[in-house]
Amino acid sequence: MTAVQRKKLTLFELIVHTFFIGLSVCILVPLLLLVSISISDEKSLNTLGYRLIPAKYSFKAYDLILQAPKQLLDAYGVTVTVTCIGAIIGLFMTSLLAYTMSRKDYALRNVTMRYVVVTMLFSGGLVPFYILVTQYLHLKDTIWALIVPYLISPFYTLVMKGFMDQVPMETIESAKIDGAGEWRTFMTIILPLVKPALATVGLFICFIYWNDWWLGLLFIDNPKLVPLQLLLYRVLSTIDFLTNGMAQVNVDIDLSTFPSLSARMALTVLAAGPMLFVFPFFQKYFVKGLTIGAVKG
Amino acid sequence: MKTEGDEMNAPAIAEKVNAVQKRGSRTRTVWKVMKKNLPLFSMSLPGILFKMIFSYLPLFGLILAFKHFRVDKGIWGSDWAGFQNFQFLFRSNNAWIITRNTVLYNGAFIVITMIVAITLAVLLNELSSRWMKVHQTILFIPYFISWVVIGYIVQAFLDHQHGFVNQVLTALGLESVKWYQEARFWPYILTAAQLWKTVGFSTLIYYAGIIGIDPTYYEAAKIDGASRWKMTTQITLPLLTPLIVILFIVALGNIFRADFGLFYFVPNDSSFLYPVTDVIDTYVYRSLKVMGDIGMSTAVGLYQSLIGFVLVITANFIIRKINREHSLW
Repeated sequence: MTAVQRKKLTLFELIVHTFFIGLSVCILVPLLLLVSISISDEKSLNTLGYRLIPAKYSFKAYDLILQAPKQLLDAYGVTVTVTCIGAIIGLFMTSLLAYTMSRKDYALRNVTMRYVVVTMLFSGGLVPFYILVTQYLHLKDTIWALIVPYLISPFYTLVMKGFMDQVPMETIESAKIDGAGEWRTFMTIILPLVKPALATVGLFICFIYWNDWWLGLLFIDNPKLVPLQLLLYRVLSTIDFLTNGMAQVNVDIDLSTFPSLSARMALTVLAAGPMLFVFPFFQKYFVKGLTIGAVKG
Repeated sequence: MKTEGDEMNAPAIAEKVNAVQKRGSRTRTVWKVMKKNLPLFSMSLPGILFKMIFSYLPLFGLILAFKHFRVDKGIWGSDWAGFQNFQFLFRSNNAWIITRNTVLYNGAFIVITMIVAITLAVLLNELSSRWMKVHQTILFIPYFISWVVIGYIVQAFLDHQHGFVNQVLTALGLESVKWYQEARFWPYILTAAQLWKTVGFSTLIYYAGIIGIDPTYYEAAKIDGASRWKMTTQITLPLLTPLIVILFIVALGNIFRADFGLFYFVPNDSSFLYPVTDVIDTYVYRSLKVMGDIGMSTAVGLYQSLIGFVLVITANFIIRKINREHSLW
């Protein structure tokens, strides 16, 4: 098997492979550096600087963060809640909207389509959005401020619509003949048929919520509602948060040996890590989901 | 005065009755169409309402660009300012700097990402599927990392004291650089960061477009003895053009909207770098959060939307002239 494949590898393919391996290294090295700093000894960081392979290993940074994990856990709680609720509601609303745009016998199909595409091109900008959320919807400092604004993205709606276009009209018609109403058809026939699209778009929505700091930056002052990425951003400019956390639980630490450099990176790894582990499991759906979507018509 | 009925003869009356009946049946068909489409409309309603509130309603807020906004008076009650907010913006140097930065960066990103992503997608397509998946997965990883985290990574590289790059520079006997104070490097750093994060995603979109191409074209070309290069230039690229054009138009419409995360977190909001890293979006954010200048921030937002609108219309018009099939509408 391998012998056959090796024979097939032409010079051209070899060059392409080498090129992609080089590219992969360029992509992975920055991530490796991040992890490596987080598991380096603080002293060696201070004297030798950041290195790709730690001069001296130390897991003290993780130890310290996990000793006083309250703020991190709070932030995790907020982000996980926002991601779950947002993904479920967002996915449902997106697939409903996309479904109506994919139904060729729906009179308002093109109108709906245009209505959605226009929102991709024009927006009121930051200020009207800010005033809308704070003055009219009164969402400031609530968890909904982190969820509601991202529920439907026009781009993902089009991806979903592209996928649903593939569902043959006969399937829908036969469901109708069997006496199913539109809602019933959608819930019991369409949704199970487009599972790969749901997985793709669902994961995209998850990442949007997981990686968001923007809504937090704009609307969240309450420390209990700070999402993970915003916490990271705040720690980037100050390490106080960690030392404060320590003081509260009476962890005896000498601030001069406090691993502030590695602790920041450790926190980053803890914040970004989980989603990167989830991602490869969904990889196979991506191309499938995107192939059919994102293209006009 | 004569009433209408007096003058009417029989055929006229019959016609009228007919018309009324017709109108009746028309309303009946309208009703029928409505009834038929109502369930589907009810399904799109959550989305329609959402877009109405979050995308269309804020457009009215653009009126603030012409007002002296006061929270206690509200949007409609605040006094008119005419074009004062715009004057204030355009008289300062800032308008020129942030516009130039935004357009140049986004223009460069559009062109570079497009070229690199299409090249990568074409190359990916040449690989056997097993390897293609490995490379694709790795390429795609950075897309899922937030700008905050990327800000940390860039710091790990460029930190003056500890940074990886300065380690390498001193090891090579070169002077270390205070990266966060040297404006001249940042156009390249930001472009590299942008490419690192987004190229995998764009590649995937184009790749998806390529594998959507009917394989019979390639089979026919193979029988005719076409080379890889010939197939790429004669089949892949022409058939990919509609997708490229659509993505280009959409990108062009957003050329005045910069990626806030990239320009805020990656340079770590360093004021030394504002001349080359400040874009419209970071400027609006700062003038809103730091100075609380609502009128001018909205004016900038309107400016963004208007130019984007003009650009999209123009691009679409030009593309329509060249090839009607490829235009957005």
